[in-house]
Amino acid sequence: MTKRRDAAIQMFNVYKRYGAKGALVDISLAVYPNEFVFLTGPSGAGKTTLLKLLYLGEQASAGQILVDGMNLSRISRRRIPYFRRNLGIIFQDYKLIASRSVYYNIALVLEAAGETQRLIRKKVRYMLRSMDMEKKIDVLPPSLSGGEQQRIAVARAMIGRPKIILADEPTGSLDEASAGVIVGLLKDFHNRGGTVMVATHDSALIRSGSGRIFQLERGRLVSAA
Amino acid sequence: MALLMQRTFRDMRENRFLNLVTIATVALSILIVSAFSLFVVNANELLASWRRGVRMLVYLERGLSRNQELAVKRRLLKLPGVTGMQYVSREAALQQLKEEMPGQVALFTGLKENPLPDTFEIRLAPAATGSHAVLVALADRVAGIQGVDDVAYGQEWLGKFANVVNLLKLCGSAMGGLFMLAVVVIVANTVRLTLYARREEIEIMRLVGATDSFIHLPFYIQGMVQGALGGIAGVAILYLAYLYIVGGLGHGIPGTLFTPRFLSPVEYSGIIFGSVLVGWFGCYLSLKQLVRH
Repeated sequence: MTKRRDAAIQMFNVYKRYGAKGALVDISLAVYPNEFVFLTGPSGAGKTTLLKLLYLGEQASAGQILVDGMNLSRISRRRIPYFRRNLGIIFQDYKLIASRSVYYNIALVLEAAGETQRLIRKKVRYMLRSMDMEKKIDVLPPSLSGGEQQRIAVARAMIGRPKIILADEPTGSLDEASAGVIVGLLKDFHNRGGTVMVATHDSALIRSGSGRIFQLERGRLVSAA
Repeated sequence: MALLMQRTFRDMRENRFLNLVTIATVALSILIVSAFSLFVVNANELLASWRRGVRMLVYLERGLSRNQELAVKRRLLKLPGVTGMQYVSREAALQQLKEEMPGQVALFTGLKENPLPDTFEIRLAPAATGSHAVLVALADRVAGIQGVDDVAYGQEWLGKFANVVNLLKLCGSAMGGLFMLAVVVIVANTVRLTLYARREEIEIMRLVGATDSFIHLPFYIQGMVQGALGGIAGVAILYLAYLYIVGGLGHGIPGTLFTPRFLSPVEYSGIIFGSVLVGWFGCYLSLKQLVRH
């Protein structure tokens, strides 16, 4: 019980249905603070759906989900933005704003949190320098390579100092070298005390880590090692 | 706040054409609404100035004794709205007529008898001339007094003019309402188009923890700025048109001492404020729809 109370992410008998079709069926799992876990399974197994439930991109059809101590079924619509500020979310398609500069894409998180312009400038520059991307500060995302875009997405996910990072196929469309950089950044975050959950079907990525693996098949959790 | 304004004006710059078209359309709507307001305000003032000049003429029956005339005078003075009167004898009236028509002396020399009646010229309180109905009721009461032959207040057409002004006021209000509705729809559509163009950006903002107010406020400010700029432009164009027309009139409307005035600061500020409010409301409608989806 103690372990469950302390978990960063907990799911109790969670279901997600789209009409009659069950996308997730009776999922129960726990991820503890400073864990680096993988969520794996073939395409259509429900990995993305599970992550969506964790950042309240969608609501569970049944069951209870606790993230960072917050019961997601009880959270009001108004509180969702504040809840999301404790998370960093990374997508396979990066989800960067194409018409805005690299700076704006990263600064947006801090602007939304009400930080001052001076502090935002300082933090964004520091983050980009640490990723060796400072020269790209005024560039629009479409003119960057896939690997660079994903680095910006990781920078955006980390700039708000979240406790948990949820990454959906973060290396899915990257070459090996770029994927290695992204994995390195996620490991850095983990080493600094963060919790990471990576949804992937990339076996090389899974082998590169040493964390627990949750395997999904047809919406069911078939193993947790 | 500075960041918010920066975001708002950056968005407006990026959608420059759409915003300019919206502001121009709002300006046109406000121009029409304020032109109607200006017309009604001046028509009302013209009407009021004419009404202030209304005199009621009470023609007495022929052959009344001095006592009978005094009795009529006493009864007239008791009527509400009558503030004073002047007696004009038929002789004085004929003399006055001769003086007013010096070129027509031949007309009067052939007269065997003075055709004009003795008259009381009544001065009326503003309340008695405030509406056509009150004036007609007073005239009826005067006509009913024994010894009174006829009543004239010369400007019966004032009532008709007042009716026309009232009709225009009604039309103006209806048109004003319709144009304001048009402004709401235009602003709502502009915001909707912008929202559609930026739907991905808005989704990303939500994912990184932006609140509704963080996302919506620039749109509200944009709607209000569009309303304000459109309102100011509309009133400014009307002012230029007013200067042009009044310049052409010289010393007022021909046949009167009345010079049309422009809307007072309170009136035009009210119109601009209304335009800002309408801009906000258009934005509110679009964003309400967005939140629902």
